[in-house]
Amino acid sequence: MATRAFQKIYTKIDNITKATVSLKASGIGNDELATVGGKLAQVVKVNGDNVTLQVFSGTEGIATDSEVIFHGEPPKLNVSDDLAGRFFNAYGEPLEGGEQLEGESREIGGPTVNPFRRIQPSELIATGIAGIDLNNTIVSGQKIPFFADPDQPYNQVMANVALRAKADKIILGGMGMTNDDFLYFKNVFENAGALDRIVSFVNTTENPPVERLLVPDMALTAAEYFAVDKGEKVLVLLTDMTLYADALAIVSNRMDQIPSKDSMPGSLYSDLAKIYEKAVQLPNGGSITIIAVTTLSGGDITHAVPDNTGYITEGQLFLRNDSDTGKVIVDPFRSLSRLKQLVIGKKTREDHPQVMNAAVRLYADAANAKTKLENGFDLSDYDERTLKFAHDYSEKLLAIDVNIDITEMLDTAWALFAKYFTPAETAIKEEMVAKYWPKEA
Amino acid sequence: MKTTGQVSGIVSNLVVVKADGPVSQNEICHVWLGETQMMAEVIKVIGDDAYVQVFDSTRGLKIGDRVEFQGHMLEATLAPGILSQSYDGLQNDLAKMKGLFIERGSITDPVDYEKKWDFTPLAKPGDKVSAGSWLGEVQEIWVKHKIMVPFVMTDTYVVKSVVPSGSYKVTDTVAVVTDAEGQDHAITMVQKWPVKQAIRAYTEKPRPTKIMETGVRAIDTFNPIADGGTGFIPGPFGAGKTVLQHAISKQADADVIIMVACGERANEVVEIFAEFPKLDDPHTGHKLIERTTIICNTSNMPVAAREASVYTGMTIGEYYRAMGLKVLILADSTSRWAQALREMSNRLEELPGQDAFPMDLSAIISNFYARAGMVVLPNGESGSVTFIGTVSPAGGNLKEPVTESTKKAARCFYALSQGRADSKRYPAIDPLDSYSKYLEYPEIRTYLDDRIEAGWVDKVYEGKTIVQRGKEASEQINILGDDGVPVEYHERFWKGELIDFVILQQDAFDAIDANCPLERQKYMYDLVLDICGRKFNFGGFEETIEFFKGLINLFKQMNYSEWKSEKFEAYEKQIMEMVSNKEIKAN
Repeated sequence: MATRAFQKIYTKIDNITKATVSLKASGIGNDELATVGGKLAQVVKVNGDNVTLQVFSGTEGIATDSEVIFHGEPPKLNVSDDLAGRFFNAYGEPLEGGEQLEGESREIGGPTVNPFRRIQPSELIATGIAGIDLNNTIVSGQKIPFFADPDQPYNQVMANVALRAKADKIILGGMGMTNDDFLYFKNVFENAGALDRIVSFVNTTENPPVERLLVPDMALTAAEYFAVDKGEKVLVLLTDMTLYADALAIVSNRMDQIPSKDSMPGSLYSDLAKIYEKAVQLPNGGSITIIAVTTLSGGDITHAVPDNTGYITEGQLFLRNDSDTGKVIVDPFRSLSRLKQLVIGKKTREDHPQVMNAAVRLYADAANAKTKLENGFDLSDYDERTLKFAHDYSEKLLAIDVNIDITEMLDTAWALFAKYFTPAETAIKEEMVAKYWPKEA
Repeated sequence: MKTTGQVSGIVSNLVVVKADGPVSQNEICHVWLGETQMMAEVIKVIGDDAYVQVFDSTRGLKIGDRVEFQGHMLEATLAPGILSQSYDGLQNDLAKMKGLFIERGSITDPVDYEKKWDFTPLAKPGDKVSAGSWLGEVQEIWVKHKIMVPFVMTDTYVVKSVVPSGSYKVTDTVAVVTDAEGQDHAITMVQKWPVKQAIRAYTEKPRPTKIMETGVRAIDTFNPIADGGTGFIPGPFGAGKTVLQHAISKQADADVIIMVACGERANEVVEIFAEFPKLDDPHTGHKLIERTTIICNTSNMPVAAREASVYTGMTIGEYYRAMGLKVLILADSTSRWAQALREMSNRLEELPGQDAFPMDLSAIISNFYARAGMVVLPNGESGSVTFIGTVSPAGGNLKEPVTESTKKAARCFYALSQGRADSKRYPAIDPLDSYSKYLEYPEIRTYLDDRIEAGWVDKVYEGKTIVQRGKEASEQINILGDDGVPVEYHERFWKGELIDFVILQQDAFDAIDANCPLERQKYMYDLVLDICGRKFNFGGFEETIEFFKGLINLFKQMNYSEWKSEKFEAYEKQIMEMVSNKEIKAN
């Protein structure tokens, strides 16, 4: 950070905790940035001339006589087309050296889009994964997380989705990402020849956790530049939001705030909403779509982080290991895309909604049959058929390694219906059955 | 002279202001950040320190910045021109804001002060009037919008003059009234009212006597809500709270709908913006937007204004109620409002109650729900406010403070269940956990006797019993296995399923099934109950399952068909044939 002539400089710090320092200073604005002993910090509380600063990388080594330089402005990012193809840290500084970015300096965490100026999302994002496209169709301008246990391949799925999504820009916000995962993303994007469409802001596990708090705002400020100023379709990938929330909890704890559920701050809902609500379809054709990852502990979605996330995002994609087929599938019961109604049967073939519902219903019957089997009861003929259907459905459609277009997914589903069931058992509207039920060969 | 002050402390949106004069609790003040004026509300006073919550981001605010106290509480502006508008939580007109983003200090007029309205007098000189008396009316879209004696004028007055029919701006004087001391008061078409206080310009608030039709079978047939009643919809995310509320907002038999999007997703509001101008109100044929006002404070808009949004919505609802209209207020979600209270209570360093919510949460919620109701107006007409809020329980646990507090305050409970949502049984209203206390009201029973048929409520309970017994049978079957129980257990289970699939489940995205008028609901319910009342002759449980599945399939086709169309009647005929083939005939 270059120093400027009008910056205020102090050299006496009164209190130091693990994450904050406080000192006497005047004329300081709320949320303003400062450098404390060479480390970046932000004003979080002002009481008379007493100013409390949160030091992003922790206060280790800060002395009571360390130099405190106030920058007179909140965190900013320089935005320009040159962002594309670059990798940055949480402060928006280029990784691997490189030039500091030129461009217009914008405050991160800026204002909200007027809901009245938003456009209803209506453009389907095809991913080739039937568990998503068929059952939980994603629409541009949507915000949707993967709920996954740490052992599941969510980053791989997300990278696949990103590359197939035909976005103009892909912005990766990595929080608490292992260096291996970071390199994985970099490789995948590089191999796909997509590096010039990618912008990354990354806080790895090697960096201090509190720095993560800046990552989503940095990524979304860049996203807004491309979507609002350039009218581009931007896809933002945020991984892992659970680690972001952990950083929030650390800060709120150090500020002596009363924790609410699961030791999370009471403002968790608003903090997460501020990020996710940046997803938007704009009147100029530009859009911001957010796909995030929220890691769970043992599939528990009642924990405060997934729970609050679920109330904010437009659905969730749930990854699960299917023991029948040995594949990772997108769970059709617990996954949901709230915006799919805007496109299915409208932008896709007319039978899409009915086929989707029938398949999930039959899959649910299979789950019941399985329970019966586990409890040692005899299965009816129908039960047996649902189980066979479930196996095929899981393998041919739900598995995350599927890559086909939506019409093919629908045809596959009809073929499975015809193989195992009568039209009445599928309870699909008769007009659709007449039109799409596979004719006997 | 107005009190002024200076900023002396800042923690997020809680600002401490050193005031130079008297301030009152809940008074509104303006905090100046350079040339930007931000609204704030006093929430605590200690000595000459006023603690204010700022309805905007305090980024960049400094110690010593100027504050002006306004001498009034947070007010709603009440005048013709509110219908079909979209406001933020503080009643700023969102359509009037410039630019793509909502910049700080965006303050816009809630109504058009230049527009002229065709005024027709209703009162004449010499009439005795009081707060809420109708002096005249203007045509607001399709509503006869009454111009009233302002609610803040608490005495009785005599009308001195009323302007003749003609076209006037809302700020023009349309009447002059004289109080007991001989003092004249000029009355315009616009008045203000502090949103956190209930408007009490009515003579009586009797128990509700009618039901409000919503077109949703699981509500109207099984657990009806009263016109002027209260209800709430708790449910985990993904259980369909918003879809259900939108269905109600489209179909409910109300004159005016106020939708408060409180801390929820912006895209859900965009859906209303996009659809309501195109859709027709099934009861009047007007466009839906013409009876709707949207208060929109989405989850990323300032938290403090979220709290204000529900009060703003309620105040506007009470205003239209005072015109003798049937108002329905839908708030999604009241949990976000409670969370806003929690955030502030936390910053004030108050001792927390359960889950860190403020101690008086329960009292705040019940006071709010108490503002709904049917009222008798001074002129003998009646109006109503029906309120339905959603609750988003943390972790889907209905034992959390917001759900529990709301349960004490609301009379209808529509519990959305995760299990039902997982198996796509929508609306996911749990038939056994949910209730409507209105079914117990003798007034409502009598009303339903007249409106639908004598003894209707008993029939409703009969259906509930069948569902209950079906559930018990299903538990037995699960424990003992399909062939470990008598066949009649299966029959019992499937009769419960029949009611579930045909009556309780409804496709909110199907053009025909989405809205089921009361007459059709009765028709279908009678048909289903009739079948449930018959005895069948089944060879085994597999035959039972097959029979009922076939039946359910035909009934679903019926639900998807135009009522009493040829198709509809053909399905019904098929059903009755199936039934009579399997039925054990008497004698």
